[in-house]
Amino acid sequence: MNSALIAGVVTSSIMSGTSLLYATLGEIIGERAGIVNLGIEGLMLIGASSGFAAAALTGSPYLGIAAAALAGAAVNLVFAYLVVTRHANQLAAGLSLMFFGVGLSALIGGPFVGALITGLPRLSIPGLDPGGIGARLASYDLLVYLVLPTSLLIWWLIFRTRWGLGLRTVGESPSVAFAAGLRPHVLQYQALAWAGVLAGIAGAHISLALTLSWAEGMTAGRGFIAIALVIFAKWNPLWAIAGALLFGGAEALQLQLQAAGADVSPFIMTMTPYLLTLLVLVLWGWRRQSAAPAALGRTFVGVE
Amino acid sequence: MPRDGAALWDCAAARAKAFALVAAVALGGFATLLIAAGKDPLKAYADTLLYVFGNAYGFSELLVRMIPLMLTAVAAALPARIGLINVGAEGQLYMGAWLTTAGALAFADRPAFVLLPLLTLLGFIGGGLWALIPGLLRAFRLVSETISTLLLNYVAPLIVSYFIFGPWRSPDSSAYPQSPAFAEAARLPSFFHSRIHLGLVYALAAVVLYALAMTRTRFGLDMRAIGGNPEAARRLGIPVIRYMLATMFIAGGVAGLAGMAEVTAIQGRLVSEVSPGYGFIGFLVAWLAGSGASGIVVMSFLFALISAVGDILQITQGVPYAVVNILMAVILFIVLGRQPVGSGAR
Repeated sequence: MNSALIAGVVTSSIMSGTSLLYATLGEIIGERAGIVNLGIEGLMLIGASSGFAAAALTGSPYLGIAAAALAGAAVNLVFAYLVVTRHANQLAAGLSLMFFGVGLSALIGGPFVGALITGLPRLSIPGLDPGGIGARLASYDLLVYLVLPTSLLIWWLIFRTRWGLGLRTVGESPSVAFAAGLRPHVLQYQALAWAGVLAGIAGAHISLALTLSWAEGMTAGRGFIAIALVIFAKWNPLWAIAGALLFGGAEALQLQLQAAGADVSPFIMTMTPYLLTLLVLVLWGWRRQSAAPAALGRTFVGVE
Repeated sequence: MPRDGAALWDCAAARAKAFALVAAVALGGFATLLIAAGKDPLKAYADTLLYVFGNAYGFSELLVRMIPLMLTAVAAALPARIGLINVGAEGQLYMGAWLTTAGALAFADRPAFVLLPLLTLLGFIGGGLWALIPGLLRAFRLVSETISTLLLNYVAPLIVSYFIFGPWRSPDSSAYPQSPAFAEAARLPSFFHSRIHLGLVYALAAVVLYALAMTRTRFGLDMRAIGGNPEAARRLGIPVIRYMLATMFIAGGVAGLAGMAEVTAIQGRLVSEVSPGYGFIGFLVAWLAGSGASGIVVMSFLFALISAVGDILQITQGVPYAVVNILMAVILFIVLGRQPVGSGAR
């Protein structure tokens, strides 16, 4: 491998890891509040399509991000209403949300197939030689630069603030949280709203920074990989960074090898992220899942 | 349970009323959304009804579409009975189609009475083995079957694509990669000058066998015991792990039959898109039916009808087919939201 290829792998693993990390962070917040959301994939599609549509209409990719975040939050609040207020089964509601996202994104994105947009501009770090390898390695869009601070912020919120303590209490035992004077349902709504924002941004990063186009189903299962990454990360935002980089790296490597004309079928290589996810979960084993919030997936009906 | 006729009738009427309400709200909501997008949903609804019930062909197409939905619904319902969540019928369908194709290409010169049973078996095994992977991972407590079946859904179509772009690529179809056409003996027979094929018998048989197995056999009793309390079932001496593996294999096999029927009856060759998401819809069908056998048939009919709306919208108004997923999701949202609060619904 020459240095250009390595530079390509590094930059593109950071690019594809970014969207994965936003989605994983969103799922972590929700699961910390005790709610499994299998619909992340749908939220990402809605984010990708609405972000792309807004960018195409207004000409501003930043407005696209805002639209994607809002759309993600709004749709995830519907999910929140079902699972928190109506006590619906979380797995069924999550899959329904995925279907909803597939459909809604096709409706939103339909008129914009083939539209041209200005992608998220790459901001280079001042002082680097613009032609050099340093500039190639360090010129990303805003969302890439923000993803690490976001991870740290979410870690701080979950583990170092009163709000986070409440959130984790709800995820471990809603009735204890309730007895302690917290309002579990309010916290769960808040968590899911933020999860929606992050999943929407995750989708928007794909359409606004990676592909610069909209195609149906373009997130290709990344939402489900994010759910697996939450287990990998032990529900910890800092571990999620490592996980997202690993999977971004796997995807980037296969894309670069394909681009370099490696003599392996592209279909075999496209499988790698999914198989790698499965492999990591197998190696990590079930034991790791004991780190899960105790009340994950359960319904809090209230106390007498 | 109501036993006399009048009570049964009341119960059915109440259900029909609830059902009509859900349908009305969902269709109304979907229509509002389409109007907002500048489309004409009422015309689409009318076109659909006209197409489906206006002539025998349209109705037969509806039955054709019910076949994979019923099979994949059974594939989701069976594991649900022992508390396993199989969201992987889509991938299992693809692998059933894949192994069927391997058989159809390898034994093309055999007569139909040998070939068709063989292909049926291969379709079953292809889907079954694919479902056994998550089954094993779950039985040995490595990975939750929900996440592994979901992930494998993305792998199976890639395997199919690999083969039709590579080893099985038909030489006479350079523009659109697909396998060579199957021999006439490998085609599942159709009836009534329509596309209704023998798969309908497979699907109905699967639903009936599923119902009988659950209610009339020791296996069904054991499975319900496991579903109720796996730990208690284990202590009673029920081989829980063996049941998990067998259930996943059979469920995957039934989904594989859907793939087998699609390639041998409808396509006549392996194509890259064997299914437009039948496996996912099948899961929802099973869930809405509460894993009940008669419910699976009714809900398959309903979802086949909805997917016909999607076709009509695409053909007559240029709306992407995927948009019809909104209608399915809204129905599910309403059903999920209507469950009485506090019932602890599964």
